[in-house]
Amino acid sequence: MVLKSVQGVREWLEAPVAEAKMAGRTRLDALRGAAARVTTPLLPDDYLHLINPLWSARELRGRIVSVRKETTDAVTLVIKPGWGFDFTFTPGQYIGIGVLVDGRWHWRSYSLTSPPNWTDPGSRSRRLISIAVKAMPEGFLSSHLVNGVPEGTVVRLAAPQGGFVLPEPPPAKVLFLTAGSGITPVMGMLRTMDRRAAARPGPGGWPDVVHVHSARTAEDVMFATELRDLHDRRPSFTAHLHLTGARGKFALTGLDELFPDWRERETWACGPLAMLDDIEKHWAAAGLSDHLHIERFEVERSAVGEGGTVTFARSGRSAEIDGATSLLQAGEDSGVQMPFGCRMGICQTCVVTLADGRVRDLRNGAEHQAGEKVQTCISAAAGDCTLEV
Amino acid sequence: MAITDIKAFAHLTAADIETLGQELDTIRRDVEQSLGERDAKYIRRTIRAQRTLEMAARATLFGSRNRWAWGAGVAMLSVAKIIENMELGHNISHGQWDWMNDPEIHSTSWEWDMTGPSAQWQRAHNYSHHMYTNVLGKDEDLGFGILRMTRDEQWRPLHLAQPVANLLLAATFEWGIALHDWSIEKQLSDVPRWQLMSEPNRAFGRKIARQVSKDFLIHPALTGPAWKSTLKANATANLVRNLWTYAVIFCGHFPDGAEKFTVDQLVDETRGEWYLRQMLGSANFSAGPVMAFMSGNLCYQIEHHLFPDIPSSRYPEISVRVRELCDKYDLPYTTGSLGKQYLLAFRTIHKLALPDRFLRRTADDAPETSSERKFAGITLPMLPNTEVWTESHWPVDPVTGERRGLRSALAEAKVALKEKARQEKEALREAKQALQDKARHEQQALRETRQALRDKAQEERRVLRRRALRERAIRRVRRRQRAN
Repeated sequence: MVLKSVQGVREWLEAPVAEAKMAGRTRLDALRGAAARVTTPLLPDDYLHLINPLWSARELRGRIVSVRKETTDAVTLVIKPGWGFDFTFTPGQYIGIGVLVDGRWHWRSYSLTSPPNWTDPGSRSRRLISIAVKAMPEGFLSSHLVNGVPEGTVVRLAAPQGGFVLPEPPPAKVLFLTAGSGITPVMGMLRTMDRRAAARPGPGGWPDVVHVHSARTAEDVMFATELRDLHDRRPSFTAHLHLTGARGKFALTGLDELFPDWRERETWACGPLAMLDDIEKHWAAAGLSDHLHIERFEVERSAVGEGGTVTFARSGRSAEIDGATSLLQAGEDSGVQMPFGCRMGICQTCVVTLADGRVRDLRNGAEHQAGEKVQTCISAAAGDCTLEV
Repeated sequence: MAITDIKAFAHLTAADIETLGQELDTIRRDVEQSLGERDAKYIRRTIRAQRTLEMAARATLFGSRNRWAWGAGVAMLSVAKIIENMELGHNISHGQWDWMNDPEIHSTSWEWDMTGPSAQWQRAHNYSHHMYTNVLGKDEDLGFGILRMTRDEQWRPLHLAQPVANLLLAATFEWGIALHDWSIEKQLSDVPRWQLMSEPNRAFGRKIARQVSKDFLIHPALTGPAWKSTLKANATANLVRNLWTYAVIFCGHFPDGAEKFTVDQLVDETRGEWYLRQMLGSANFSAGPVMAFMSGNLCYQIEHHLFPDIPSSRYPEISVRVRELCDKYDLPYTTGSLGKQYLLAFRTIHKLALPDRFLRRTADDAPETSSERKFAGITLPMLPNTEVWTESHWPVDPVTGERRGLRSALAEAKVALKEKARQEKEALREAKQALQDKARHEQQALRETRQALRDKAQEERRVLRRRALRERAIRRVRRRQRAN
């Protein structure tokens, strides 16, 4: 009875901060909630982050503590997350990262390359995360991150997510097929396996892992030294490098020769879309689709098509529209309960979050991408997209 | 009757309005494309300054038993609340800073320091008010449901209380707005009136509880022995904020020249006509940079109504371009000092408290609003026949080649109406004179007739007397003859 009422009081105290993007409840929540009665309608975080940008759990934030060059066009960003970040993610997952450029926050998703709950001894044992970014041709934000983001920059973060993950315990036999920046989620998995093996020495710490990675030239290989080192240190890990500049695309038929037991392996593949399509077909032909895990990166481009399939995530409906039909119209036509107001772009009551894809503002042609909030009444699909409604 | 045909009222053709709309769209695009780091810095700096000021005020109020600390605390808290309301809450909820894509400075997440929930205000204000600006029966902000602000609204005995209602509304403005938005929210979302635990009711109750307990319970309690003076200080700061926001809103919508429209105008309204309605329905007041900031840049109410979702800090530069358009199309740009604009609104409030029989003007030519009919029945010297607007017969000044439109027409109508009134007065005086003359003449004639009648009567009496004497003499003679 007493416990129950203590619980009740605690819940009442925490109510104002319940909606913040904290990972799980902490003892601080009751305190923040109590303080929020004083700072209402704001949260105490809104005042605290004026002192230190990381002292806020209202929106996840992080500070870039180091930028490490991996190749000529790729960097690793080591980030110290602020309050409320969930460090117990699953290796292979990605996070959303928001970066401020010209007064505007730009959001992209990048795979976590660090193992969960990672403390970097070089950084006074603080818990950190890392992501690797490869500059895409015409990729606005990736170029910015690779070429110019200074250490100390404060970024926004979205909680780790994604189903391309390594289970715990991992399967006995594993095959990784990666190309280009597709290596990044796998790097997170490899580092996790390595850390776990270090914590549990002895046989069986490392499963039997084969990693086939393609890159154009030797200079383009991200994490080359680390892969070689792992290959040398861990007898059950084989890293196979395939340089496409010299030898052309990696032929999947070559697997029979290189690793004849590939059919017995649980496979994770990540890389260019064409490669993934080939792999999918190859595995389907072998009747092994169940043992294949695939991650498709969103392709970072600046110009996309007009119109496309709009998916309304929460109501589970979708519609095919042209480049001139508004998203609001499309939703209403397919029977989705869309919030609406003025229908001319002035009242902001029809705003919903764009979960995936791109949309275009019909008034000025401005493009919006995943993670942004869009006005459905004056936006049209620019390719396939998903709305959170 | 308020404006039913904006084309006729504005003295513009459909094609003109279309071009005007495109020119305004260009302004919009130019500003949108130039938004960047400088603008983002502006709003972040404003937020930081406001929060620092508020914290300083709350800290100062711990010593509020001291007269000076109380005064300083109230001043700082009032300013903090005003900035929070005008430049932050109002503008962010309009989506002016959504382009930054910052989840913490976004129309969908900002909650302001007023009794009503932001979401309810957004529906009532951004949607009802900004879409249907000054349309009778559609824009509930027109008098906020308690004041009669145009002669188109029928007078009811309740309106006699307008002077008091106005004071009450000013002092408790945040509550007026909160109740107003709450009822519109319920109306728009079709919630049964008597359903006590409906979502709008719950959101409203929660917000009020938090706001009231913050200023009137928690903060006073935190200051311990100074609770009483802190309570008074918080109440005063809220009152100051209410009076100021009330004044700014009233100066933006109710001075003379801020026109009202009928629902007829909404039928097939084009984008250009919508722009024009915003322009003609709002009023500015002149302000320097400090006053502009404290009013949330709503001294640029016209620009705000044209571009409600463009960062307020850009209104000053937009106003230069809007004024140029007004000159080009010869449209009025209603502005004046804060005091003048408020006095005009104040006059309307008190005038319209009275029934129509005490009012000289009609809804077609009243100072607080007019309609296209204002121009009917008067001849304007510089314009062709004002009742027929045809594209071929377009009013362009033959000498300068400049367009002659609404602004000239209004000015000339003012002169023409005055002249008409003078002529009517003159005619009246002449008619009166003539009547007086006629009356005098008739009186004269009457007197003469009476005299004549009197003379005639006298004459007749004399004749009668003479005849009587003669008859008597005859009778005497006859008697004497018989006796002989």
